[in-house]
Amino acid sequence: MPAADAARLAAILQDRRGEIGAAWLDRVVTELQGRITRAEAEREQTEIFDALVGGLLAGGERLDAPSFDSLRSLLSDLSATRARLGFTPRETAVGVFALKEGLYDIAGRGDTERVDDVAALLRLVDDLGLFTFESFAAAREGIISEQAEQLLELSTPVVKLWEGVVAVPLVGTLDSARTQVVMEKLLQTLVETGSEHAIIDITGVPAVDTQVAQHLLKTVVAARLMGAECTISGIRPQIAQTIVALGIEFGDIRTKATLADALVAALRANGSARTAAAVAGA
Amino acid sequence: MTADPVTSERLAITTDGDVVRVRQAVRGLAQGAKLSLVDQTKLVTAASELARNTLIYGGGGEAVLSVEANGRRTGVRVEFRDDGPGIPDLDLAMTDGWTSGSGLGLGLSGARRLVEHFEIDTGPGRGTRVVIASWSR
Repeated sequence: MPAADAARLAAILQDRRGEIGAAWLDRVVTELQGRITRAEAEREQTEIFDALVGGLLAGGERLDAPSFDSLRSLLSDLSATRARLGFTPRETAVGVFALKEGLYDIAGRGDTERVDDVAALLRLVDDLGLFTFESFAAAREGIISEQAEQLLELSTPVVKLWEGVVAVPLVGTLDSARTQVVMEKLLQTLVETGSEHAIIDITGVPAVDTQVAQHLLKTVVAARLMGAECTISGIRPQIAQTIVALGIEFGDIRTKATLADALVAALRANGSARTAAAVAGA
Repeated sequence: MTADPVTSERLAITTDGDVVRVRQAVRGLAQGAKLSLVDQTKLVTAASELARNTLIYGGGGEAVLSVEANGRRTGVRVEFRDDGPGIPDLDLAMTDGWTSGSGLGLGLSGARRLVEHFEIDTGPGRGTRVVIASWSR
């Protein structure tokens, strides 16, 4: 598509702006009923339309041409915003593909000298649509990996319970990635706080299978190597029976039914017998 | 076991996430079948072990979950299937503490102790099929 053609395409769009714009807007407003207002849709379309015409006038032939830079950044911003607002891929792409409505009308009237040009415009819109899809998918993937990271961070706080006693309340599924995070954070906190007691609370872990048990055992051994004593607390009756049936040996690792019991035991072992008595009595 | 399947659900096991999904699905069915909390936890744990075995040693496969009625008792039956290498020496594999991988070696033997019904069909080169089931009391 030489530059002259690009200019002719821009001319078609500008000549038929009213017609194309109206068909485009109607389609988008019908598809996105309630999601965005007519005024918002119109503003978006004006921006896309201007960027598209501007790119064509600057001699852009394909969507990856430098003259379409502003159009591409406009579309990727739009897709990312839609992805964050929870729009479906269809709802996002229709904003671009609906531009074809008006072009179909022009082609349908059999305006023969313009058929090739309209086909070229339709191809360009297809490229815009694909680009929108890609941007949308990239934005969604970004959100998902962000959330996975946040979840990993969120679900593994290490809290200081008392002078010399830190605890990790575990919630949810304990897989290798999370165990690694837990272990690193726990060991780091042991050093930072100079604690000698660590309590791993598994009240929020729905099932303890051999993999979870193996991860717990490794964490305890690592903490011991650093000179800290580890207690596993929050072992509910059904979990205890399951562990016994599975045949998992916790060996000499101290376990307690509740976090409170574990804290009292840690304080006793810490030599703070008086404090322990106060806590137990309270 | 004479039982009529009431509902059945098929889940592929190809990633770690699938193991979690199988576990959640089994828990849901076990709660629906009114298994006691201990039996629920045991069945879910057994399913977790076997799903992971299917993934790690069987190279992936599938789990078929069903709720079955047997007189007044309802039960949850889970079948794990893979087309992996199979287990050459079943007696050895069912020994506590023996593993061909890096686990504790308690998954397969432990799973048998966790459920009411356990059957395994395996052999070199013909994959592995394990069926477990527990019933409400």
